[in-house]
Amino acid sequence: MSDITISERQAGDVTILDLVGKVTIGEGSVALRGAIRRLLGEGKTKILLNLAGVGYVDSSGIGELVSSYTAVNKEGGTLKLLKLTQKIQDLLAITKLLTVFDVFDEESEALSSFA
Amino acid sequence: MAGIQELKLPSRIESVDEAAIRADEFAKEQGLGDDFVSAIDLAIRESVANAVKHGNKFAEEKTVDLTLARTDEGFEITVRDYGAGFAIDEIPDPTNPENLLKAHGRGILFMRSFMDVVEWYNHEGGGMVVKMIKRP
Repeated sequence: MSDITISERQAGDVTILDLVGKVTIGEGSVALRGAIRRLLGEGKTKILLNLAGVGYVDSSGIGELVSSYTAVNKEGGTLKLLKLTQKIQDLLAITKLLTVFDVFDEESEALSSFA
Repeated sequence: MAGIQELKLPSRIESVDEAAIRADEFAKEQGLGDDFVSAIDLAIRESVANAVKHGNKFAEEKTVDLTLARTDEGFEITVRDYGAGFAIDEIPDPTNPENLLKAHGRGILFMRSFMDVVEWYNHEGGGMVVKMIKRP
Protein backbone atom coordinates (compact mmCIF):
# COMPACT_ATOMS: atom_id res chain seq x y z
CA MET A 1 0.00 0.00 0.00
CA SER A 2 1.23 3.47 -0.83
CA ASP A 3 2.29 5.76 2.02
CA ILE A 4 0.27 8.63 0.60
CA THR A 5 -2.54 9.44 -1.80
CA ILE A 6 -2.68 12.84 -3.43
CA SER A 7 -5.92 14.06 -5.03
CA GLU A 8 -6.20 17.21 -7.09
CA ARG A 9 -9.05 19.71 -7.14
CA GLN A 10 -9.38 23.04 -8.87
CA ALA A 11 -10.95 26.14 -7.31
CA GLY A 12 -10.70 28.92 -9.87
CA ASP A 13 -7.02 29.30 -10.65
CA VAL A 14 -5.97 27.68 -7.38
CA THR A 15 -5.04 23.99 -7.41
CA ILE A 16 -5.77 22.17 -4.17
CA LEU A 17 -3.89 18.99 -3.39
CA ASP A 18 -5.57 16.84 -0.74
CA LEU A 19 -2.90 14.71 0.89
CA VAL A 20 -3.84 11.61 2.86
CA GLY A 21 -1.23 9.43 4.53
CA LYS A 22 2.39 10.00 5.51
CA VAL A 23 4.89 12.48 4.12
CA THR A 24 8.05 10.74 5.21
CA ILE A 25 11.39 9.63 3.85
CA GLY A 26 10.91 7.55 0.72
CA GLU A 27 7.61 7.18 -1.04
CA GLY A 28 5.61 9.96 0.64
CA SER A 29 8.20 12.65 -0.04
CA VAL A 30 8.80 11.44 -3.59
CA ALA A 31 5.05 11.47 -4.36
CA LEU A 32 4.69 15.06 -3.17
CA ARG A 33 7.72 16.16 -5.21
CA GLY A 34 6.27 14.50 -8.32
CA ALA A 35 2.87 16.12 -7.85
CA ILE A 36 4.35 19.61 -7.46
CA ARG A 37 6.63 19.17 -10.49
CA ARG A 38 3.69 18.01 -12.58
CA LEU A 39 1.56 21.02 -11.59
CA LEU A 40 4.39 23.44 -12.35
CA GLY A 41 4.88 21.71 -15.71
CA GLU A 42 1.20 22.35 -16.43
CA GLY A 43 1.63 26.01 -15.55
CA LYS A 44 -0.35 25.72 -12.30
CA THR A 45 1.47 27.94 -9.86
CA LYS A 46 -1.15 28.75 -7.22
CA ILE A 47 -1.11 25.70 -5.01
CA LEU A 48 -2.83 24.93 -1.73
CA LEU A 49 -1.69 21.82 0.14
CA ASN A 50 -4.44 20.39 2.32
CA LEU A 51 -2.65 18.47 5.06
CA ALA A 52 -5.75 17.54 7.10
CA GLY A 53 -5.30 13.89 6.21
CA VAL A 54 -1.58 13.75 6.89
CA GLY A 55 -1.06 11.91 10.14
CA TYR A 56 2.68 11.78 10.04
CA VAL A 57 5.59 13.88 8.79
CA ASP A 58 9.30 13.47 9.48
CA SER A 59 12.24 15.76 8.72
CA SER A 60 12.35 14.48 5.16
CA GLY A 61 8.67 15.38 4.72
CA ILE A 62 9.22 18.83 6.21
CA GLY A 63 12.15 19.23 3.82
CA GLU A 64 9.89 18.29 0.94
CA LEU A 65 7.35 20.94 1.97
CA VAL A 66 10.19 23.48 1.93
CA SER A 67 11.44 22.25 -1.46
CA SER A 68 7.90 22.49 -2.84
CA TYR A 69 7.59 26.03 -1.49
CA THR A 70 10.87 27.17 -3.09
CA ALA A 71 10.15 25.37 -6.39
CA VAL A 72 6.76 27.11 -6.70
CA ASN A 73 8.27 30.48 -5.72
CA LYS A 74 10.95 30.06 -8.37
CA GLU A 75 8.19 29.80 -10.99
CA GLY A 76 6.63 33.01 -9.70
CA GLY A 77 3.84 31.13 -7.93
CA THR A 78 2.61 30.69 -4.39
CA LEU A 79 2.25 27.61 -2.22
CA LYS A 80 0.20 27.74 0.97
CA LEU A 81 -0.76 25.19 3.62
CA LEU A 82 -4.24 24.26 4.82
CA LYS A 83 -5.44 22.44 7.95
CA LEU A 84 -2.30 21.42 9.76
CA THR A 85 -2.64 18.70 12.35
CA GLN A 86 -1.29 19.59 15.79
CA LYS A 87 1.72 17.34 15.19
CA ILE A 88 2.69 19.07 11.95
CA GLN A 89 2.10 22.46 13.50
CA ASP A 90 4.47 21.52 16.33
CA LEU A 91 7.16 20.42 13.85
CA LEU A 92 6.81 23.63 11.82
CA ALA A 93 7.06 25.64 15.04
CA ILE A 94 10.22 23.80 16.16
CA THR A 95 11.83 24.42 12.77
CA LYS A 96 10.62 28.06 12.71
CA LEU A 97 8.92 27.35 9.39
CA LEU A 98 5.63 28.77 10.62
CA THR A 99 7.30 32.10 9.86
CA VAL A 100 7.82 31.00 6.24
CA PHE A 101 4.55 29.32 5.26
CA ASP A 102 1.14 30.93 4.97
CA VAL A 103 -1.09 28.60 6.97
CA PHE A 104 -4.90 28.50 7.03
CA ASP A 105 -7.55 26.57 8.94
CA GLU A 106 -10.40 27.36 6.54
CA GLU A 107 -10.30 26.55 2.85
CA SER A 108 -12.42 29.56 1.87
CA GLU A 109 -10.07 31.88 3.71
CA ALA A 110 -7.05 30.25 2.06
CA LEU A 111 -8.58 30.55 -1.42
CA SER A 112 -9.43 34.23 -1.05
CA SER A 113 -5.86 34.92 0.10
CA PHE A 114 -4.59 33.96 -3.38
CA ALA A 115 -6.59 36.73 -5.04
CA MET B 1 9.01 -3.93 33.60
CA ALA B 2 12.58 -3.88 32.30
CA GLY B 3 13.51 -5.14 28.91
CA ILE B 4 15.94 -4.89 26.09
CA GLN B 5 15.69 -5.55 22.41
CA GLU B 6 18.44 -5.53 19.80
CA LEU B 7 18.16 -5.65 16.06
CA LYS B 8 20.40 -5.31 13.03
CA LEU B 9 18.88 -3.71 9.96
CA PRO B 10 20.19 -3.40 6.40
CA SER B 11 21.14 0.05 5.16
CA ARG B 12 18.05 0.85 3.16
CA ILE B 13 15.17 3.26 3.54
CA GLU B 14 12.69 0.47 4.40
CA SER B 15 14.66 -0.10 7.61
CA VAL B 16 13.38 3.24 8.91
CA ASP B 17 9.80 1.93 8.98
CA GLU B 18 10.87 -1.41 10.36
CA ALA B 19 12.81 0.18 13.20
CA ALA B 20 9.89 2.46 14.07
CA ILE B 21 7.39 -0.40 14.07
CA ARG B 22 9.59 -2.50 16.36
CA ALA B 23 10.19 0.44 18.68
CA ASP B 24 6.47 1.27 18.83
CA GLU B 25 5.64 -2.34 19.72
CA PHE B 26 8.37 -2.49 22.34
CA ALA B 27 7.36 0.83 23.91
CA LYS B 28 3.71 -0.22 24.05
CA GLU B 29 4.69 -3.53 25.66
CA GLN B 30 6.37 -1.42 28.33
CA GLY B 31 3.06 0.35 28.97
CA LEU B 32 4.20 3.73 27.66
CA GLY B 33 1.58 6.26 26.55
CA ASP B 34 0.80 7.61 23.10
CA ASP B 35 2.75 10.89 23.41
CA PHE B 36 5.77 9.00 24.69
CA VAL B 37 5.55 6.44 21.89
CA SER B 38 5.10 9.20 19.32
CA ALA B 39 8.28 10.97 20.50
CA ILE B 40 10.26 7.74 20.38
CA ASP B 41 8.88 6.96 16.94
CA LEU B 42 10.13 10.25 15.50
CA ALA B 43 13.54 9.98 17.18
CA ILE B 44 14.00 6.41 15.91
CA ARG B 45 12.99 7.36 12.37
CA GLU B 46 15.36 10.32 12.24
CA SER B 47 18.32 8.49 13.78
CA VAL B 48 17.95 5.35 11.64
CA ALA B 49 17.49 7.48 8.50
CA ASN B 50 20.70 9.35 9.36
CA ALA B 51 22.55 6.08 9.93
CA VAL B 52 21.36 4.64 6.61
CA LYS B 53 21.95 7.78 4.54
CA HIS B 54 24.84 9.66 6.10
CA GLY B 55 26.55 6.96 8.20
CA ASN B 56 26.47 3.85 6.05
CA LYS B 57 25.73 5.73 2.83
CA PHE B 58 23.24 3.03 1.76
CA ALA B 59 25.96 0.32 1.70
CA GLU B 60 23.75 -2.74 2.27
CA GLU B 61 26.57 -4.83 3.72
CA LYS B 62 26.80 -2.35 6.58
CA THR B 63 24.07 -2.78 9.16
CA VAL B 64 22.34 -0.29 11.40
CA ASP B 65 22.41 -1.71 14.91
CA LEU B 66 19.51 -0.66 17.09
CA THR B 67 19.10 -1.23 20.82
CA LEU B 68 15.91 -0.45 22.69
CA ALA B 69 15.94 -0.66 26.46
CA ARG B 70 13.66 0.18 29.32
CA THR B 71 16.00 1.29 32.10
CA ASP B 72 15.59 2.94 35.49
CA GLU B 73 16.22 6.27 33.78
CA GLY B 74 13.60 5.83 31.10
CA PHE B 75 13.51 4.56 27.55
CA GLU B 76 16.95 4.29 26.01
CA ILE B 77 17.72 3.95 22.33
CA THR B 78 21.09 3.47 20.71
CA VAL B 79 21.62 3.50 16.96
CA ARG B 80 25.02 2.52 15.58
CA ASP B 81 26.24 2.92 12.05
CA TYR B 82 29.52 1.82 10.47
CA GLY B 83 30.41 5.07 8.76
CA ALA B 84 33.24 7.56 9.14
CA GLY B 85 31.45 9.67 11.73
CA PHE B 86 30.87 13.40 11.83
CA ALA B 87 31.42 16.41 14.04
CA ILE B 88 28.13 17.30 15.63
CA ASP B 89 29.29 20.89 16.19
CA GLU B 90 29.66 21.34 12.45
CA ILE B 91 26.02 20.56 11.68
CA PRO B 92 24.37 23.86 10.71
CA ASP B 93 21.46 25.11 12.83
CA PRO B 94 18.40 24.65 10.57
CA THR B 95 16.54 27.41 12.41
CA ASN B 96 19.06 30.08 11.43
CA PRO B 97 17.44 32.39 8.88
CA GLU B 98 19.99 31.50 6.20
CA ASN B 99 19.15 27.79 6.59
CA LEU B 100 15.36 27.99 6.84
CA LEU B 101 14.76 27.19 3.18
CA LYS B 102 17.21 24.32 2.97
CA ALA B 103 15.62 20.97 2.20
CA HIS B 104 17.71 18.98 4.67
CA GLY B 105 19.25 19.13 8.12
CA ARG B 106 16.31 19.03 10.53
CA GLY B 107 16.54 15.44 11.78
CA ILE B 108 18.93 16.14 14.64
CA LEU B 109 16.81 19.10 15.72
CA PHE B 110 13.79 16.77 15.97
CA MET B 111 15.77 14.16 17.92
CA ARG B 112 16.88 16.82 20.39
CA SER B 113 13.40 18.31 20.62
CA PHE B 114 11.61 15.07 21.47
CA MET B 115 14.20 13.23 23.57
CA ASP B 116 15.68 14.26 26.92
CA VAL B 117 19.22 13.09 26.21
CA VAL B 118 20.87 12.88 22.78
CA GLU B 119 24.59 12.24 22.55
CA TRP B 120 27.00 10.88 19.97
CA TYR B 121 30.20 8.92 20.41
CA ASN B 122 32.59 6.87 18.31
CA HIS B 123 32.18 3.13 18.78
CA GLU B 124 35.44 1.36 19.70
CA GLY B 125 34.76 -1.18 16.95
CA GLY B 126 34.23 1.53 14.36
CA GLY B 127 31.30 3.69 13.37
CA MET B 128 29.23 6.18 15.28
CA VAL B 129 26.61 5.67 17.96
CA VAL B 130 23.82 7.99 18.91
CA LYS B 131 22.36 7.36 22.35
CA MET B 132 18.99 8.86 23.23
CA ILE B 133 16.96 8.72 26.42
CA LYS B 134 13.35 9.68 26.97
CA ARG B 135 12.39 10.03 30.61
CA PRO B 136 8.85 9.20 31.73
